Amino acid sequence: MTTQILMPALSPTMEEGTLARWLKQEGDTVAAGDVLAEIETDKATMEFEAVDEGTLGKILVAAGTEGVKVNQPIGILLDEGEDESALDAAVQEAETASGSGGGGGGGNGSGPAAASDSGTAAPASAATPAPRAPDKSREGAPEDAPEDAPEEVYDSTKRQTVREALRDAMAEEMRADPAVFVMGEEVAQYEGAYKITQGLLAEFGDKRVVDTPITEMGFAGLGVGAAFARLKPIVEFMTFNFSMQAIDQIINSAAKTLYMAGGQMGCPIVFRGPNGAAARVAAQHSQCYASWYAHVPGLKVIAPWSAADAKGLLKAAIRDPNPVVFLEHEILYGQTFDVPDVEDFVLPIGKAKVERRGTDVTLVAFSRMVSHCLEAAETLAGEGIEAEVINLRTLRPLDTATILASVRRTNRVVTVEEGWPFAGIGAEIGQLCMEEAFDWLDAPVTRVTGKDVPMPYAANLEKLALPQPDQVVEAVRGVCYRSQA
Amino acid sequence: MAATRRSRASSGSGKGAADAAQTRGFEPDQLEHLYRSMLVIRRFEEKAGQLYGMGLIGGFCHLYIGQEAVVVGLQCLARPGDSIITSYRDHGHMLATGMDPKGVMAELTGRATGYSKGKGGSMHMFSREKGFFGGHGIVGAQVPLGTGLGFAHKYTEDGGICFCYLGDGAVNQGQVYESFNMAALWSLPVVYVIENNKYGMGTSVERASAPGDLSQRGASYGIPGKAINGMNVLEVIEGAGEAVEHVRAGNGPYLLDLKTYRYRGHSMSDPAKYRTKEEVSKIRSESDPIDQLKKRLLDDGVFDEDHLKEIDKQVKGIIGEAAEFAQNSPEPDPAELWTDVLVDA
Repeated sequence: MTTQILMPALSPTMEEGTLARWLKQEGDTVAAGDVLAEIETDKATMEFEAVDEGTLGKILVAAGTEGVKVNQPIGILLDEGEDESALDAAVQEAETASGSGGGGGGGNGSGPAAASDSGTAAPASAATPAPRAPDKSREGAPEDAPEDAPEEVYDSTKRQTVREALRDAMAEEMRADPAVFVMGEEVAQYEGAYKITQGLLAEFGDKRVVDTPITEMGFAGLGVGAAFARLKPIVEFMTFNFSMQAIDQIINSAAKTLYMAGGQMGCPIVFRGPNGAAARVAAQHSQCYASWYAHVPGLKVIAPWSAADAKGLLKAAIRDPNPVVFLEHEILYGQTFDVPDVEDFVLPIGKAKVERRGTDVTLVAFSRMVSHCLEAAETLAGEGIEAEVINLRTLRPLDTATILASVRRTNRVVTVEEGWPFAGIGAEIGQLCMEEAFDWLDAPVTRVTGKDVPMPYAANLEKLALPQPDQVVEAVRGVCYRSQA
Repeated sequence: MAATRRSRASSGSGKGAADAAQTRGFEPDQLEHLYRSMLVIRRFEEKAGQLYGMGLIGGFCHLYIGQEAVVVGLQCLARPGDSIITSYRDHGHMLATGMDPKGVMAELTGRATGYSKGKGGSMHMFSREKGFFGGHGIVGAQVPLGTGLGFAHKYTEDGGICFCYLGDGAVNQGQVYESFNMAALWSLPVVYVIENNKYGMGTSVERASAPGDLSQRGASYGIPGKAINGMNVLEVIEGAGEAVEHVRAGNGPYLLDLKTYRYRGHSMSDPAKYRTKEEVSKIRSESDPIDQLKKRLLDDGVFDEDHLKEIDKQVKGIIGEAAEFAQNSPEPDPAELWTDVLVDA
């Protein structure tokens, strides 16, 4: 059987090229791997090697020809023992093929035309619109969830710091599942730079509470590899600022592998640590990564505020089969809250909590900014404005149902976050309200954010750079069209 | 001994080196397996190159042609339960672990029947069943991941070890040394295999790496290292055996520097102008891993020409079927766009 030699695509973008030179002539014997010709692509001159063996029976495109379309027949290869008659038929077939529109490729039905232009299933083709997104970033709560589903009420609670709640969450999950282990800098013998892992080494030993060298990219990647092998690592970053050393492993390895593997290779891992601004530690140690990680499909991103959030959500994160970024806040570590005193207290990922009911404006916040919003709400109540405060708890997937239900009642929204404004969480919520609650809005969605500067060290400047409760109050007055009381 | 082998390997010539690894000591079945496995990779990659030329494979496509002896030799030392991880020049590793050429080729053509349902492509394929953990596209990133696989072998005490491959281009990434440090510190069962094909894309080892023996890059962590002629599959098996035993016995990691060569460009769109044609053709004619084994099999009278021709024919058939399958399989259903982002909790 004769074989058509087709003009090859020699780069991801090549559509046509110049056949610069034939290195085999008609009648020459060709072995697999022999260079047949030199071809100039849009980028370079490339050697074109034979894959099949035989005799070069006919050259169809002469050396020096420009604009030769990819997949146009350029020569005919004869098999061992084939003669002129086979060649004639092949030439005729090839000429028909290249005459049929050049760019259309070989007419034998095996070219790329058959594969990608047929419109059967090519997602990129205009004829086949992509199916509508089941939006993974915004499907925290089902749309038909009851609007004012009450928070579960617990008879018995105990006072606990966020720090203790996080430790208890890890300890309980480690007791329940031997595949869970915690690793990071100073997590074992030092018991945590912020004492979050206090007592864990004593209970679980150094096999499961692993002090790492200062090597963020290395241990983050190691944790991801261990998760591929079905362990359940909790990777502590001493602060999330240091996760930038490891961000390639978090995004390219942890978040994307499930998809790239067609669902085969899950990555049950938690990356946790303090995020955002502590106090007076300046620009490199004071940054909010919420919008960075929430941007990424394949991750879940949680930002707890209270000790109950911390406990219930960290337990959920450890059990979750997906990579979870768990953003804590150093300033909250020592704060005390009521935590339900029940066995196995777990909160659902993707569900926000209404921390305070109100009718006039919705404040949407996460992590430490929930405190600011509650403080602002108190002040506003004194002015006759009842603010509803939503604690997002999870940033991805975002609980859009809770936000929208509230907005449709209050008709006004102020978002509050410590991070920078540009492409931040507040920007996302503003867009959400525009898409889903435009007709309910009585004022533009307003953001209170960290200022668009690196964090300064000086106490007065740092305070100016961070959102303050009075700025939340001011923003609410703005959307309520009130002047200062 | 190791030094001798190194000098032979770095001369780029397999001549005489084969004396160190005669076919004696290998069963005919095993020799046939080695020959067949290398040929499967060679023919598969040639076919992939052809399909790329036809526009049926897109994007980046890094061929393994010339390096077959490395992974085929090392896989002879692997056991069920071991894990294998590599970077993006990964087709050879998949085939050597026993992954189906049809599924691999169909992934290259972006079809629903590919190992990743067409969503990963050339650089991103996986098979839990065969212990193949990818297929990773960021240079050096697979090294901490492989170290984590080693960590898991040790943690679960499953008796497995990890074969973690990296190129000579990856050896200057910081995370490689972060991994070496932890692997040595915690005695993790990892065989690090540098596939030293002399060029990281267009930059030769000499221009990228400070002078020195890459096999000794783990020395300051106490990781033993050894250079091996990676163009001769029998030498790979003989040379790496000790390293694999060292790791399997719980002595921590080992670093191998396999001197090899890729005949094709870095990827399909690389014209490879940074090296001479003479350099490539000299290695092809003198050190080709398949030709070397073939000559040895014939010279030693293990198989005759007809037997090898029969294997060639069978392999050609397997690859032909894989190519047919890859071209005739459907593209992924559009609904697949939205699946596999997260595991349902």
